[in-house]
Amino acid sequence: MLHYNFDWSVVTSGKYFEWLVSGLKVTLELSAIGIVGAFLLGLVIAVLKMSHYRPLRWMASAYLEFFRNTPLLVQIFFWYFGSYKILPMAVNDWLNNTNFEFAAAVIALIIYTSAFIAEDIRSGILSIPKEQMEAARSAGFSYLRSMQYIILPQAVRITVPPLVNQFLNLAKNSSLAMTIGVMEVTYQARQVESYTFKGFEAFTAATVVYLGLSVTITTLMDLYNKKVLNAHRA
Amino acid sequence: MDFSVIVDNITYFMIGRYPNGPLGGLGLTLYLAVVSCILSFFGGLILGLLSLSRFAVIRYPVNLVINTVRGLPLLMVIFWMYFLLPALMGKTVPESQTVIMGLTIFTSAYMSQIVRAGIEGIPKGQVEAAISTGLKGWQAMLYIVLPQGMRNMIPSFVNQFVSLIKDTSLAFIVGVSELTHVATQVNNRTMSYPTEIFIFIAAVYFVLCFSFTSFSRWLEKRLAWRKSI
Repeated sequence: MLHYNFDWSVVTSGKYFEWLVSGLKVTLELSAIGIVGAFLLGLVIAVLKMSHYRPLRWMASAYLEFFRNTPLLVQIFFWYFGSYKILPMAVNDWLNNTNFEFAAAVIALIIYTSAFIAEDIRSGILSIPKEQMEAARSAGFSYLRSMQYIILPQAVRITVPPLVNQFLNLAKNSSLAMTIGVMEVTYQARQVESYTFKGFEAFTAATVVYLGLSVTITTLMDLYNKKVLNAHRA
Repeated sequence: MDFSVIVDNITYFMIGRYPNGPLGGLGLTLYLAVVSCILSFFGGLILGLLSLSRFAVIRYPVNLVINTVRGLPLLMVIFWMYFLLPALMGKTVPESQTVIMGLTIFTSAYMSQIVRAGIEGIPKGQVEAAISTGLKGWQAMLYIVLPQGMRNMIPSFVNQFVSLIKDTSLAFIVGVSELTHVATQVNNRTMSYPTEIFIFIAAVYFVLCFSFTSFSRWLEKRLAWRKSI
């Protein structure tokens, strides 16, 4: 350590810098597609979990418990190595013609994160007084329409902060995609290390990327909390 | 689907080559999780107390460290350890210790938030009462606040332990032969049963984690009930 010659130019310019930037792009892509997918899927699961039909509720609970209680890495490996035996032929063909590593990582991230998001959405919905639903139903809205027009718009506002938190978790978790060869930022940092032996610089660069992402999003969320939540409370 | 590959390799999945070789598989997963959990319990307690210190000189740097670690993926923390530990200690460090170190630092940062919330949940009057009966500040913390706060923290600690069990799967990346690594080994050796193998280890993790999740829920109910008396 004492005799280590720092050479930051390795990661601030040239070919290796471009590698890291392309890694950052992939990380952002994974996170962006992941959070949209996970939100939509999580919403469906949350609604199923609150359904009046016991089998639907039971299915939603099984989904939540199973995907929350298994490691993301194992889920990624399952989709990457093992999913071909359970998916229909057409889906397999389609997956093989796309960027399969990326697709497997996105599927795993979406499913894993949706299980956490579903619980956040559910507690957001449960925090809306049940009189709201009763009022909507007696005004003639169906259950789904009451959800759509009355409950969800209010619940979503409350759910935004935990969702942002899940987005950050997702961005961090996307680093696991490197294990199946998705060239996101951790993968690229490792590449730079093995090409240049400048591991300290390479990992510092990746660290800065993740911290930058966290700090930016946390700051935005604080602004949101101040503006939106407090405005509605007043 | 042909689960005979699981039956054929079951001892390898469970304990690796132990007792004729090093412990591996599920045994090593549990070992990593338990050791890291104990270490990060103390790590989290210390960091949590320091982050509530009266002195800004202590509070600010400690919070900076906690938030930095929380902002990083665990994978990144493990890579840093893999890289820094030999440089700092001047000798090679076994991979399993690297992973334990990474898991401990990562989990301590999260545990410190649990400790912090637990302490902040105890009414201020408790400390004031303790101090006015003649206890010193640290005595009030040790004998009055922590024992009460600990009761609120325990369910969260158990949840954190569940996360730890799941996180040990990342030891795979530096070549520690815990359950996930063993699964990839068997998969590489047998070639044609990836679905069965990964469904099996997912089920093993699930049984383990779900038991502790349920335990934590039960504790939460039970401890809440005791408090209301």
